[in-house]
Amino acid sequence: MDMENQKRVKDFSEKYGPKNLVVILGAAEAETAGLAAETVTAGDPTYAGPLSGVSLGLKVYHICEDAIKNEIPSELYEDQVGMMEMVLNVNDIAAEMENIRLKFRK
Amino acid sequence: MSILSGKKIICIGDRDGVPAPSIEECAKAAGAEVVFSATECFV
Repeated sequence: MDMENQKRVKDFSEKYGPKNLVVILGAAEAETAGLAAETVTAGDPTYAGPLSGVSLGLKVYHICEDAIKNEIPSELYEDQVGMMEMVLNVNDIAAEMENIRLKFRK
Repeated sequence: MSILSGKKIICIGDRDGVPAPSIEECAKAAGAEVVFSATECFV
Protein backbone atom coordinates (compact mmCIF):
# COMPACT_ATOMS: atom_id res chain seq x y z
CA MET A 1 0.00 0.00 0.00
CA ASP A 2 1.15 3.50 -0.86
CA MET A 3 3.11 5.20 1.99
CA GLU A 4 0.84 8.23 2.02
CA ASN A 5 -2.27 6.04 2.19
CA GLN A 6 -0.77 4.00 5.02
CA LYS A 7 -0.31 7.22 6.99
CA ARG A 8 -3.88 8.29 6.29
CA VAL A 9 -5.25 4.91 7.37
CA LYS A 10 -3.24 5.17 10.58
CA ASP A 11 -4.47 8.73 11.22
CA PHE A 12 -8.11 7.81 10.60
CA SER A 13 -7.83 4.78 12.86
CA GLU A 14 -6.58 7.07 15.65
CA LYS A 15 -9.28 9.66 14.92
CA TYR A 16 -12.34 7.39 14.66
CA GLY A 17 -11.20 4.24 16.47
CA PRO A 18 -10.66 0.88 14.77
CA LYS A 19 -14.11 -0.45 15.73
CA ASN A 20 -15.84 2.24 13.65
CA LEU A 21 -13.74 1.88 10.52
CA VAL A 22 -13.94 -0.56 7.63
CA VAL A 23 -11.43 -0.68 4.76
CA ILE A 24 -12.78 -1.71 1.35
CA LEU A 25 -10.28 -2.72 -1.30
CA GLY A 26 -10.56 -2.84 -5.07
CA ALA A 27 -7.31 -4.70 -5.73
CA ALA A 28 -6.97 -6.45 -9.09
CA GLU A 29 -5.33 -9.63 -7.75
CA ALA A 30 -5.43 -11.83 -4.68
CA GLU A 31 -1.80 -11.18 -3.78
CA THR A 32 -2.23 -7.41 -3.91
CA ALA A 33 -5.44 -7.62 -1.92
CA GLY A 34 -3.75 -9.82 0.65
CA LEU A 35 -0.82 -7.44 1.11
CA ALA A 36 -3.12 -4.45 1.58
CA ALA A 37 -5.37 -6.41 3.95
CA GLU A 38 -2.41 -7.52 6.04
CA THR A 39 -1.10 -3.95 6.12
CA VAL A 40 -4.28 -2.57 7.73
CA THR A 41 -4.67 -5.51 10.14
CA ALA A 42 -1.26 -6.73 11.30
CA GLY A 43 1.05 -4.10 9.84
CA ASP A 44 3.01 -3.49 6.64
CA PRO A 45 4.60 -6.88 5.86
CA THR A 46 7.25 -5.19 3.68
CA TYR A 47 8.35 -2.99 6.59
CA ALA A 48 8.53 -0.02 4.26
CA GLY A 49 5.77 2.32 5.40
CA PRO A 50 4.23 4.03 8.44
CA LEU A 51 2.29 0.86 9.27
CA SER A 52 5.46 -1.21 9.69
CA GLY A 53 5.05 -3.09 12.94
CA VAL A 54 1.76 -1.27 13.62
CA SER A 55 -1.16 -3.59 14.19
CA LEU A 56 -4.36 -1.60 13.62
CA GLY A 57 -6.68 -4.63 13.51
CA LEU A 58 -9.08 -2.92 11.11
CA LYS A 59 -11.93 -4.78 9.44
CA VAL A 60 -11.04 -5.15 5.77
CA TYR A 61 -12.96 -6.50 2.80
CA HIS A 62 -12.72 -6.54 -0.97
CA ILE A 63 -15.61 -4.92 -2.88
CA CYS A 64 -16.20 -8.20 -4.78
CA GLU A 65 -16.75 -10.33 -1.68
CA ASP A 66 -20.31 -11.63 -1.26
CA ALA A 67 -20.57 -10.20 2.27
CA ILE A 68 -20.10 -6.69 0.83
CA LYS A 69 -21.90 -7.23 -2.47
CA ASN A 70 -25.03 -8.35 -0.61
CA GLU A 71 -25.27 -4.98 1.17
CA ILE A 72 -25.29 -2.95 -2.03
CA PRO A 73 -28.31 -2.39 -4.30
CA SER A 74 -27.79 -4.84 -7.16
CA GLU A 75 -28.35 -2.34 -9.98
CA LEU A 76 -25.80 0.08 -8.56
CA TYR A 77 -23.30 -2.73 -7.93
CA GLU A 78 -23.71 -3.92 -11.51
CA ASP A 79 -23.10 -0.39 -12.83
CA GLN A 80 -20.08 0.33 -10.66
CA VAL A 81 -18.38 -3.05 -10.25
CA GLY A 82 -20.08 -5.45 -12.66
CA MET A 83 -17.59 -5.19 -15.48
CA MET A 84 -14.50 -5.63 -13.29
CA GLU A 85 -16.19 -8.44 -11.39
CA MET A 86 -16.21 -10.46 -14.63
CA VAL A 87 -12.51 -9.89 -15.20
CA LEU A 88 -11.13 -10.39 -11.69
CA ASN A 89 -10.53 -13.77 -10.10
CA VAL A 90 -13.12 -13.18 -7.40
CA ASN A 91 -12.80 -16.64 -5.83
CA ASP A 92 -9.05 -16.27 -5.32
CA ILE A 93 -9.43 -12.74 -3.98
CA ALA A 94 -12.21 -13.74 -1.56
CA ALA A 95 -10.21 -16.74 -0.34
CA GLU A 96 -7.14 -14.60 0.29
CA MET A 97 -9.17 -11.96 2.14
CA GLU A 98 -10.78 -14.58 4.37
CA ASN A 99 -7.38 -16.13 5.00
CA ILE A 100 -5.96 -12.78 6.12
CA ARG A 101 -8.95 -12.03 8.36
CA LEU A 102 -8.70 -15.42 10.07
CA LYS A 103 -4.91 -15.25 10.39
CA PHE A 104 -4.75 -11.79 11.94
CA ARG A 105 -8.06 -11.68 13.79
CA LYS A 106 -7.68 -9.92 17.15
CA MET B 1 -25.45 -7.53 11.28
CA SER B 2 -24.42 -5.03 8.60
CA ILE B 3 -20.74 -4.62 7.83
CA LEU B 4 -21.09 -1.22 6.18
CA SER B 5 -24.20 0.56 7.46
CA GLY B 6 -23.34 3.29 9.95
CA LYS B 7 -19.63 2.72 9.60
CA LYS B 8 -16.85 5.01 8.40
CA ILE B 9 -15.21 3.63 5.27
CA ILE B 10 -11.75 3.93 3.77
CA CYS B 11 -11.80 3.04 0.04
CA ILE B 12 -8.51 1.89 -1.47
CA GLY B 13 -9.14 1.30 -5.16
CA ASP B 14 -6.87 -0.07 -7.86
CA ARG B 15 -6.40 1.41 -11.30
CA ASP B 16 -6.29 -2.11 -12.73
CA GLY B 17 -9.08 -3.39 -10.49
CA VAL B 18 -12.06 -1.55 -9.01
CA PRO B 19 -11.35 2.21 -8.73
CA ALA B 20 -12.07 4.12 -5.54
CA PRO B 21 -15.00 6.21 -6.86
CA SER B 22 -16.91 3.01 -7.68
CA ILE B 23 -16.24 1.58 -4.22
CA GLU B 24 -17.27 4.90 -2.73
CA GLU B 25 -20.65 4.92 -4.52
CA CYS B 26 -21.33 1.37 -3.36
CA ALA B 27 -20.39 2.14 0.24
CA LYS B 28 -22.61 5.21 0.34
CA ALA B 29 -25.54 3.25 -1.06
CA ALA B 30 -25.06 0.73 1.72
CA GLY B 31 -25.45 3.47 4.34
CA ALA B 32 -21.79 4.07 5.13
CA GLU B 33 -19.88 7.32 5.45
CA VAL B 34 -16.77 7.45 3.28
CA VAL B 35 -13.97 9.29 5.09
CA PHE B 36 -11.16 8.61 2.63
CA SER B 37 -10.99 7.38 -0.94
CA ALA B 38 -7.95 6.84 -3.17
CA THR B 39 -7.09 4.80 -6.25
CA GLU B 40 -3.64 3.25 -6.27
CA CYS B 41 -1.75 2.20 -9.33
CA PHE B 42 1.19 -0.17 -9.49
CA VAL B 43 3.85 0.49 -12.07
